[in-house]
Amino acid sequence: MSVAAAVHAHAPEAHRTSTGLNSRKMLFWAFLGSECMFFGALIATYLVYRGRDQVGPHPHEILNIPFTSVSAFVLLMSSLTMVLALAAVQRGDRRGSRIWLAATALLGMVFVGGQCYEFAHFAHQGLKLQTNLFGSTFFVLTGFHGTHVTVGVIWLWSLFAMAARGKLPQSRALDVEIAGLYWHFVDVVWIAIFTLVYLIQ
Amino acid sequence: MANTHADEHPGAHAPEHAHPGAREYLAIATILTVITAVEVAVFYIPAMKSGLVPVLLTLSALKFALVAMFYMHLKFDHRLFSWLFVTPMIVAALVIIALLKLFGHW
Amino acid sequence: MASTTATASAVHATPRSESGLWSWITTVDHKRIGALYGVTAFILFLVGGVEALVIRLQLAQPGNHFISPDVYNQMFTMHGTTMVFLAVMPLSASFFNYLIPLMIGARDVAFPRLNAFSYWVFLFGAIFLHVSFLHGGAPNVGWFGYANLTSREFSPGQGVDFWAIGLQILGVASLAAAFNFIVTIINMRAPGMGFMRMPPFVWMTLVTSFLIILAFPVITVALVFLLFDRFTGTNFFVPAAGADPLLWQHLFWLFGHPEVYILILPAMGIISEVLPAFSRKPLFGYPVVVYSGIFIGFMGWGVWSHHMFAVGLGPLADSFFALTTMLIAIPTGVKIFNWLATIWGGKLRFTTAMHFALGFIALFTMGGLSGFMHASPPADLQQTDTYFVVAHIHYVLFGGSLMGIFAGIYYWFPKMTGRLMDERLGKLHFWLMVIAMNVTFFPMHFVGLLGMPRRVYTYAPHMGFDWMNLTSTVGAFGIAVGLLVFMWNWWTSLRHGRPAGNDPWGGASLEWALPSPPPPWNFATIPVVKSIDPLWHRESRAAALAANQPSGPIHMPPRSHWPIVSALGATLLMSGMIFGWVVGIPGLALTLVGIYAWAFEPCT
Repeated sequence: MSVAAAVHAHAPEAHRTSTGLNSRKMLFWAFLGSECMFFGALIATYLVYRGRDQVGPHPHEILNIPFTSVSAFVLLMSSLTMVLALAAVQRGDRRGSRIWLAATALLGMVFVGGQCYEFAHFAHQGLKLQTNLFGSTFFVLTGFHGTHVTVGVIWLWSLFAMAARGKLPQSRALDVEIAGLYWHFVDVVWIAIFTLVYLIQ
Repeated sequence: MANTHADEHPGAHAPEHAHPGAREYLAIATILTVITAVEVAVFYIPAMKSGLVPVLLTLSALKFALVAMFYMHLKFDHRLFSWLFVTPMIVAALVIIALLKLFGHW
Repeated sequence: MASTTATASAVHATPRSESGLWSWITTVDHKRIGALYGVTAFILFLVGGVEALVIRLQLAQPGNHFISPDVYNQMFTMHGTTMVFLAVMPLSASFFNYLIPLMIGARDVAFPRLNAFSYWVFLFGAIFLHVSFLHGGAPNVGWFGYANLTSREFSPGQGVDFWAIGLQILGVASLAAAFNFIVTIINMRAPGMGFMRMPPFVWMTLVTSFLIILAFPVITVALVFLLFDRFTGTNFFVPAAGADPLLWQHLFWLFGHPEVYILILPAMGIISEVLPAFSRKPLFGYPVVVYSGIFIGFMGWGVWSHHMFAVGLGPLADSFFALTTMLIAIPTGVKIFNWLATIWGGKLRFTTAMHFALGFIALFTMGGLSGFMHASPPADLQQTDTYFVVAHIHYVLFGGSLMGIFAGIYYWFPKMTGRLMDERLGKLHFWLMVIAMNVTFFPMHFVGLLGMPRRVYTYAPHMGFDWMNLTSTVGAFGIAVGLLVFMWNWWTSLRHGRPAGNDPWGGASLEWALPSPPPPWNFATIPVVKSIDPLWHRESRAAALAANQPSGPIHMPPRSHWPIVSALGATLLMSGMIFGWVVGIPGLALTLVGIYAWAFEPCT
């Protein structure tokens, strides 16, 4: 093989992996495992401190189940749109990619908007970060979750922008798949929070 | 479809495995909605009060599993990904249980 | 040789300088990153050592006033924090970086830029932490920062802020590296290298990496709570609000105990390489050693409250954790017996590396025995928070981790530099260090049982502590002398050491098939591995040696400056909590630019 050819030849072994699995996907699953511990510690703290407030407001006085049920539903639906977005990218459907990516991002923004509204409302009712234990543990737990959603929304809009410029072809489906993993994870954490914080009081 | 899975299963894998399509995804979404509705109902029905915790935990575990297995594709992917995710999840759950016990919650 | 040169010019067809500051700043080569980690960590180790000497000078005599009490508190806090996070962990990381790709037959790690990013974050985090000395004083609350001493009320200065934020920054570095090594080890092994053919050091790295990705999020959350309490007035550790400062202890030790396995497993991995090489025998019971390492990794999650036997957990919790702590001694003991069985009947060569490996076994065992004594809650009630614990931790960390690291340095220095270290100076270093280490730390067992508490600024005379403290101080300076000998050896060997050749020791693993130092691409041809200890089995050895012959295109990742940019951005962003928006906003901007540019940079 000539020198020039050696430099420019596409090395097949560059993509060979021991398991046949994609390294970025593996990295991301490891990251999600780590995030389980992160949210696990936040949830554990919320649960450990529940019922130990010296002053109100208390959860049952403040948490709005109907409102939160709707926002939980919104997030669940965003997982559906996310998976449809991935399917669209995987079959090279450019229009579908844009629609479903945007839909997911928008639903995410509705969720975050709902959180902001909820937090502001709680503050009006006398529950702030510093008010009591419930305030601290609740806002930090759901705040971190909301921040994760926000990062996801930015990520999705970035992918949308790429799709809009024709830079998200079938061959880049993995990028969308990984964003999807993140998004579904954030949804799954909310499933846990909705049950443990809101429904089981 | 074949492209994205070439990385994962070089050669040894028929591309048209039972991968879910839009219909299946919609079906899952419907189930998730129904379960959520049931959860909220359980919350409001006074008669369910005593069984509230185990029922809700089971239902949300079911939702969790559905999203993980179908939307995150774990059911169809290599088991290693499941291990990478489930093991830390188990450790996290054990930590939560241990801390609850240590702080006297049961 | 000619073909290797042809390959060299093929890879470097586009002219780039491989020397100079910019090549180091933009490097993604795991070997260079390993060197950067090693040098940086060693300098920080010396800083931590100086802090130790200051502590020892203060404690040399009763009623001493060498430094003020507050400076003393800063010294022991920074000594602990530095040694754990800025010395031992990154020294281990230096070995992970340098060796893992070589040992598994890869050309680099799975994510070279992420690798560089971890190093730069580590460096900037270390600098940030030390800026505290110039900005109101270093943290002074102990390396474990118990609440609510760390609250704004009881620690009004910025030292604790530097500590908490610094650890968050360093956590990012450790996590990034751990994710990288997990994927590298699982996914980048040469053909034929099944998991049970990997060198034991690779296994220990894998277990350590899993421990990191599971444990660091917990301390991240604890530090988040602390920072929220200090900066926004939340109630996570405020007793008046119904909170429990013990939550901090639980969260910290849920991290902290796996952390000590993070500190020791790499050294155990190194020993598992060095002992077989100089016994001319394969590691005895390789699968058992591997499974023990995995078992220790899992079990390490079940023992954390043995750090809290004195807080009043109650008999049920105390008993549970006592049991699990005693149980975890078993896999550790199993490993020790396997190492002994490795040496038994072997054709021993007492190189410096072998000295350190044998020293590890002896000293770590001593530390393990005092650790086992802590496992009994009633006994621990006397021992906890006394110098008995200080003795234990230094026997396992100094006599264990550090001895293992030195064994590794002497063993792999020839591979990394192409030169041999001086054996006589090496042995002098060893004996000075071992003797001095025992002189320093052995008396602490007694002084602790006599009742001398940890972290005390001074002590009254005639309590039985006097001459033993003085002895410890003398020993500490002996350690310093040993280190000076080592540094002299390192420096002169780098310049004038005898050429090492590819395989000065007759090692078993793949790195010894390559030139010393290896070329940037490591293997001109990725070897096919046919057995464990490939260089000791004929077929695998032939394949490994053939790895030096080029057989096709070599694809190396290009350099990049986005890792250092992102690392700087992240550090500045976090520093903004102390230095304000003027630092934080540019930090945020730099981070975002860095991440986006990195994501869109072609990686081929």
